[in-house]
Amino acid sequence: MSVENPRPGVPGDDVAAALLERFDSAVFHDSHGQAVVYLDRDDWRDAATFLRDEQEFTQCVDVTAVDHLVDDTRLVVDGVEPERFEIVANFLSHERVRRIRTITQVPADAPTVASLTEVFPGVNFAEREVQDLFGVVFEGHPDPSRLLMPDDWVGHPLRKDDPPSHVPVTFKEDPGPR
Amino acid sequence: MSDGARDTDATVTRDELHEVEDEFAREVAASEKREDARLLHQTDEADQEMGDRSMTEVVLTGGPWPDDDDTMIVNFGPQHPSTHGVLRVMVELDGERVLRVKPVIGYLHTGMEKTAEQLTYVQGGTNVTRMDYASPLSNELVYALAVERLLDLEVPERATWIRMLMAELNRMASHLLFQATNGLDLGALSMMLYGWREREMVLRFIEKVTGLRMNTNYIRPGGVAADLHDGWEDDALELCDLVETNLPDYEALLVENPIWLERMVGVGVLSTEEALSVNASGPILRSTGFGWDLRKAEPYLAYDEVDFDVVYAQNGDCFDRFRIRLYEIYESIKIVRQCVEKMPGGDYRADDLKVTPPPRARINESMEALIHHFKLFTEGFRVPAGETYVAIESPRGEIGCYIVSDGSGKPARLHIRGPSLNNLQAMEPMLKDTIIADAVAVISSVDPILGEVDR
Amino acid sequence: MPLDSIPHNFLTGRLEDLVRWARRHSVWPATFGLACCAIEMMAAGGAHYDIARYGMEVFRPSPRQADLMVVAGRLSQKMAPVLRQVYDQMVEPKWVISMGVCASTGGMFNNYALVQGVDQIVPVDVYVPGCPPHPETFLQGILTVHEQIRTGELLRRREERGGGAGIHIEETHVPA
Repeated sequence: MSVENPRPGVPGDDVAAALLERFDSAVFHDSHGQAVVYLDRDDWRDAATFLRDEQEFTQCVDVTAVDHLVDDTRLVVDGVEPERFEIVANFLSHERVRRIRTITQVPADAPTVASLTEVFPGVNFAEREVQDLFGVVFEGHPDPSRLLMPDDWVGHPLRKDDPPSHVPVTFKEDPGPR
Repeated sequence: MSDGARDTDATVTRDELHEVEDEFAREVAASEKREDARLLHQTDEADQEMGDRSMTEVVLTGGPWPDDDDTMIVNFGPQHPSTHGVLRVMVELDGERVLRVKPVIGYLHTGMEKTAEQLTYVQGGTNVTRMDYASPLSNELVYALAVERLLDLEVPERATWIRMLMAELNRMASHLLFQATNGLDLGALSMMLYGWREREMVLRFIEKVTGLRMNTNYIRPGGVAADLHDGWEDDALELCDLVETNLPDYEALLVENPIWLERMVGVGVLSTEEALSVNASGPILRSTGFGWDLRKAEPYLAYDEVDFDVVYAQNGDCFDRFRIRLYEIYESIKIVRQCVEKMPGGDYRADDLKVTPPPRARINESMEALIHHFKLFTEGFRVPAGETYVAIESPRGEIGCYIVSDGSGKPARLHIRGPSLNNLQAMEPMLKDTIIADAVAVISSVDPILGEVDR
Repeated sequence: MPLDSIPHNFLTGRLEDLVRWARRHSVWPATFGLACCAIEMMAAGGAHYDIARYGMEVFRPSPRQADLMVVAGRLSQKMAPVLRQVYDQMVEPKWVISMGVCASTGGMFNNYALVQGVDQIVPVDVYVPGCPPHPETFLQGILTVHEQIRTGELLRRREERGGGAGIHIEETHVPA
């Protein structure tokens, strides 16, 4: 299944190889036997369209994000310029029974990425969740409102600089025997 | 005056009124012999009234009737008995017809993915198990599989089979819960009692094995928490027999029940294309004629060594979704029986002192074992930097676990791809252009567990 | 009419005892199932544990018809206003059971999303521990509520929490 590729990290996965062929920015990574392709932010939606139209991928099962603010020991793949946020999309092809994961880097000062809702409408909730909890804006999303937190909530709780607990633990006095 | 004229126009000219009256008179004349004295009397009176007035325009009072573009928005929940917890649904209605549906979620947002970043990998199981509380063992299983993939850890064969046994028992419990709540939602109240009766049997077995009825934290990275108890084979087989004997009651009560069929057949129809486009999975996808089951498609554990069928149906309506869950219980029973038959011997957790605790007896005599035990439950174990996504088939569909590790003892990010969250998106195509009375049937047939929708 | 001229036997007692007896035996819970504990609450309503033994199987969907609110599960910040509203809609006298550790203290989730104990929102009468509590634990909680109703005072609890219609009767001196 291996395909000739001039760049390092020759994928044994033909879908990943096709992505590398098509997009110059793509970098392949074998993550514990799973095919992962790191993409440039500009290719984000095009890659999804490519997977849907030319590789028979039927669902983008999940979109999520990772905040790498504090971990210095994070996994860095050769050829990828690490940024604070990573957006992760998992694709599934029911026809070919295949999965592939694409990851793109999103900087903290301009946290935007193209929305995949035009290509895979099912990522609607997943992208809203990421936008709600991480503050990464998906451009072109049909309903960019908060999904989980109240509408008047300030901040994005899953960011690493957002404190985990807003409520200090209070110990009340023992009411004594009743 | 016909109802049609009242429905649409707020103001009716006198000529139009006369037209309506003429038409009515013609209709009366047409039904020759049938003299409806009451109606004729009314017409006469109306004629009199109109005749006395000299206005050219008659204004009907009682507020303006809605125009065609006037719609109503009805709010369901979040505190509503048929929303399975705290789901809130906004429904836009034109009369009785549903135009748009918008689920509003987040009323059970627990911040579990944030909490997971403060818990070690050993403690993580207690967190994820509380997400989909109707099938906690699926959550633990997907989490454990993801952590093991990051560790490149092999678990013993017996652990794999115990996991499969428990996952299938949990699938039975979850589908029985669905039978109970689905009946409850649609007014078949006795189903609630029947569903719970069988579910209690399953939960009693789970309690005997794990110590808890729900939120068990039984499947842990490296294996399972404890071995099966003595005589578990008899318990499991007895359980299977009992449930199998009682399930035909469900079919007799519901599958052949004309009222039930009226409420379910042809309601909330979904096509395969729609289901795929809204990321539906599990019974909802299978009800559209698409036999996709991760246990068959991407076999994990030992599902390729057991014999079972993927249940799917063709119509994609509420009845099919109900039937699929009912017949999947039979398939789970089949798998449980094969687990009893083929359960291998050996250890129930990996023999890796860094990941799994040493046997209790060794702690008393070995200093090293004591240190390992102490380190494991205070600091946990370290996982090499990396990331992975593992998906399995939960009773509700594809549950996925995405873990990012930075090499420390706690995950840098833990994300659960909830099947219910994605299945909720299927409500819009299901409910579109149906009537509001079907909304409860459709919400119930999605079988959302809000704990995992909101996490 | 002298009492001994009545041709029946009868007992005398305080009205308060009668009212408490009646209240205790007709506690209708409001369904406020939130999370895992709601499943166990429903299990308590099933045939095996049978909450109907205490005359409590009538879970009312409408708070107006309920006397007891069972907060079953974790309460998020987004849900808290709803909980308070439902509680306010219930008529006096009313009782609250906080079921499970999440409802009681926030449980293992001390984070941004959860209210750390529903007693910050509504007054709680009984806390039922467990994660989730076993249905039998839940039944014990219900019996505790019954005991509180049986021994409690009728009017004081209402004034303590600012309930009632807010009518205050003041004794004023009326000159003769």
